[in-house]
Amino acid sequence: MKFRLKVEVGLKPGHSDPEGETAARLLKELGYKVERVNVSKVYTILLEAGSKNEALLRAEEMCRRLLANPTKDNYTITVEEEK
Amino acid sequence: MKREDIRVCILRVGGTNCDAETQTAFEALGVQAEILHANDVVKRGNLMDYDALVFPGGFSFGDYVRAGAIWAKWLVAKLSKELKAFFDEERPILGICNGFQVLVEAGFLPAFDGITQYPEAALATNHPPGYHCRWVYLKHENRGKCVFTCNIQEGKVLRMPVAHAEGRFLFPKEKEELYLERLYDNDQLVFRYCDKNGNPADGVYPINPNGSFHDIAGICNPEGTVLGLMPHPERAFYWWQQPDWTRQTLMPFYGDGKLIFEGLIEYLEKKF
Repeated sequence: MKFRLKVEVGLKPGHSDPEGETAARLLKELGYKVERVNVSKVYTILLEAGSKNEALLRAEEMCRRLLANPTKDNYTITVEEEK
Repeated sequence: MKREDIRVCILRVGGTNCDAETQTAFEALGVQAEILHANDVVKRGNLMDYDALVFPGGFSFGDYVRAGAIWAKWLVAKLSKELKAFFDEERPILGICNGFQVLVEAGFLPAFDGITQYPEAALATNHPPGYHCRWVYLKHENRGKCVFTCNIQEGKVLRMPVAHAEGRFLFPKEKEELYLERLYDNDQLVFRYCDKNGNPADGVYPINPNGSFHDIAGICNPEGTVLGLMPHPERAFYWWQQPDWTRQTLMPFYGDGKLIFEGLIEYLEKKF
């Protein structure tokens, strides 16, 4: 079976987000009442796996091994079967 | 080991820079230094033929995912046995700028209890954000453990340039104080950003150019044989590489960067 994984990697709370702060500053200058901007990266991954659960486990492994640095990053994963 | 027999491997991949400057620095000090593509080292299986290993600066693999992350995980997949042997035999490993990012991502630094599977620290996006290329002052904080700097007096202020966008040294928030204590206890803190008189930057830009926790610019492992630093010693090797050379009438022939390379070489001469 083929699965479409969406992995979002963002900063853990408490870590400053210079990119988000810069974007927020400019958005305010453009007239928006922006309180805060947080930047995250989204990886869309097509993966062969035996089940949805297996696909999820593989994605978690990918985060630990490459996509996220546990010092500063959080991640969320969504899995959908690719028809 | 005789100086002329020392062989240094400078590893490169796509996006590496300053490998030629690093080679020049080593050769000027009388050792053999070769620039090798990481693929060739894997193909030939000859990493253990070298006495020291350098990960130079640059933007390996385009800094994709996180600076240094791709190369670090590539190394773990392809060369982990050799790298572990290098580490265990206490052959010196130097990571400059992107090389520091690689060593942290690969778990070779801070390596409180040996090489870790997952990173225990991070070099995050600069604060203030952006690519900062400037000369900075560094205070040497090591008490003698780091083999690269054991000839440098504790408290000495050095001058070197930084050139990076992801150099903000971080520990996990919940372990910040604990890990900092371990850095001090193990004598792993090597360089901190400071002003020209050696006063700590206290996070103030541009003295601390990237917002690093505790103004950290460079650390070593507990054995002192792996050093990672964000500033570029190879760009501060000769007097004419320094920003004020046209305004000075008399300058020492070498810049402060030489001390790091010399430390590595003297360690090899004594130990092996």
